[in-house]
Amino acid sequence: MTTLLYDGSFNGLLTAIFIAFEYKMYDCSIDTKERYQATMFDSPETVMTDKLKAQRVWEGLCKKVSNHARREFYYAFLSGLPGIEDTLLAYVRYAFQNNSTIEKNFANSVVNMVSQTAHSVHREKHRMEAFVRFIRLQDDLYCAFISPDFNVLPLVASHFQDRYADQHWLIYDRDRDYGIHHDPQTRLVSDVIIEKSTADTSLSTTVHEEEVAYQTLWRSYFDHVNIQERRNIKLHLRHVPKRYWADLTEKTAGV
Amino acid sequence: MQWDPIQEKLEILAEAARYDVSCSSSGSKRANKSNGLGNSTGVGICHSYTEDGRCVSLLKILLTNHCIYDCAYCISRRSNDIPRAGFTVDEVVSLTINFYRRNYIEGLFLSSGIFKDADLTMERLVRVAKRLRTAERFNGYIHLKTIPGCSEELTHEAALYADRLSVNIELPTETSLKTLAPEKSHVDIMKPMAFVSENIRALASDKKIIKSTPNFAPAGQSTQMVVGASPENDLQVMSIADSLYKNYQLKRVYYSGYVPISNDNRLPVLGTPVPVIRENRLYQADWLTRFYQFSVKELVDPKNPNLDLDIDPKLSWALRNLDQFPVDVNTAPYEMILRVPGIGLNSAKKIVAARNFQKLGWEHLRKIGVAFNRAKHFVICQSSAMPKEVDARKLRAHILTQSKFGTSFSSQTSLFQ
Repeated sequence: MTTLLYDGSFNGLLTAIFIAFEYKMYDCSIDTKERYQATMFDSPETVMTDKLKAQRVWEGLCKKVSNHARREFYYAFLSGLPGIEDTLLAYVRYAFQNNSTIEKNFANSVVNMVSQTAHSVHREKHRMEAFVRFIRLQDDLYCAFISPDFNVLPLVASHFQDRYADQHWLIYDRDRDYGIHHDPQTRLVSDVIIEKSTADTSLSTTVHEEEVAYQTLWRSYFDHVNIQERRNIKLHLRHVPKRYWADLTEKTAGV
Repeated sequence: MQWDPIQEKLEILAEAARYDVSCSSSGSKRANKSNGLGNSTGVGICHSYTEDGRCVSLLKILLTNHCIYDCAYCISRRSNDIPRAGFTVDEVVSLTINFYRRNYIEGLFLSSGIFKDADLTMERLVRVAKRLRTAERFNGYIHLKTIPGCSEELTHEAALYADRLSVNIELPTETSLKTLAPEKSHVDIMKPMAFVSENIRALASDKKIIKSTPNFAPAGQSTQMVVGASPENDLQVMSIADSLYKNYQLKRVYYSGYVPISNDNRLPVLGTPVPVIRENRLYQADWLTRFYQFSVKELVDPKNPNLDLDIDPKLSWALRNLDQFPVDVNTAPYEMILRVPGIGLNSAKKIVAARNFQKLGWEHLRKIGVAFNRAKHFVICQSSAMPKEVDARKLRAHILTQSKFGTSFSSQTSLFQ
């Protein structure tokens, strides 16, 4: 069996799907170069990302499914789950083989898998829109660190861009080691990478003079809207799972 | 800024506002056109959840908890010996802006005790909203309370700046209001509600002709009533909610299970458990009428005036109407699939879409996300034999033993039985 190896980008995946169709590789698998582990019965082949080929697959998909379904396809890709590439390849095959649109066939395991994975990614995107907590630094940069389950930064950028249009902000994904940065002058959002050594040390010393006060106010607000007689920790944990607590101002003790 | 006094006020005034359960931040479109602060897209966001499991979406505070009224169920009542405080307009504005910029909140929910008279209080609330919208160019969400008895001019102005207005009807019936809040009048509560509702309707018809009409409470209005503080049954509570939805186009009616806060002998005594299950059942029933095409009289009637506390109202309806089951998922209309216990809105839509491709069996239903253990008693599909003759009582007992809640809640005490 052949395994097509791509660079981890969305265009890379679409190129790999193009290659699988072009060379009629009915029995092949797709994986990232990074994750791939060779086995005895497997021959890996590296795919060079090609924007034009990627575009042809994307446009072809456009003829077969709705925009909503294409968005689900992209969301599912961002999950980065092992094996998701094979599901997405199967999805494209299934879509291209049929004349009528297949995106609503939820009884089909491939369609169902893409739809459910997209749903999980969407939930994580929504969570990050809620759970990002900015810390105001002395130079008026609003800075937040997150560790989401999936790579959702590309999905939340426009939300924060619209909301904090006049604000200088940075949201950094620790696990994937990159962030998005908004400049209020140019109104552009761009990807950034912070050098490990500068990140944690410089931030704690340079917070804005009002920052600690507002964090304290927020914590005490949070404690005082709670109604003790209605305490329901199970429900609380379902909505705010523990893995997010470290980055939530109201769930940490503060300075 | 002097932080300690602000913190003390915030604690007092957040604590006083927390019994207002409205938390929604959705349903309003307010695009950030001015390159200013904030953007509302119509999707609400719950930024956090307190330990009681309720969402924190807005900075929910009272402007002041000084109040001339003495409503028995209210923590801020005049005769209650508690610390009092009041915010200045500036303080509320900078709290809102600074919390919003740090992505703590979606906006502001501002209510108030009535410190002198209705108009003076309302005028102060409006001033906060106006400042946020104009001087601060704030496009986040603002929910203002309409103070019963305030002038129509002020209500109108409030609606120009706020996304949502609400006035609480407080108690389900006028009789209860007379007993527990003798100084408040039912008419004063209903008047602003009617006024806002008429204006929203008038504006909607203007919008068909004129493109740029001013925003007027774009997220509509809501109300809340306290349940468990007075003797009304669920039939009464739900009939009132139903008429509010129909006659005043309310977006939401909230139910607030009474938390005992007073020794007043007109009320349940201190230490009485909060009727959280009843409140939950009311919300479930509310959802069934708004999204599942149930009518109130299908869920409660004079013979069964209260919702079943042990099981949810949809299951309860199904058990009372077993003649309508089993439903064939491959042929039944969407409306009937919606009524199957264990099948929610999304699953129902997926079922109707997927059955165009093939006949659906158990495995398909599982994959689609149906709550299988519940639904299996009520549906037939490709792979099933006809379900055996079902007996409502046995089925109920069977589902209850499976249920994650068991029967531990059935002994919840009810004061008025």
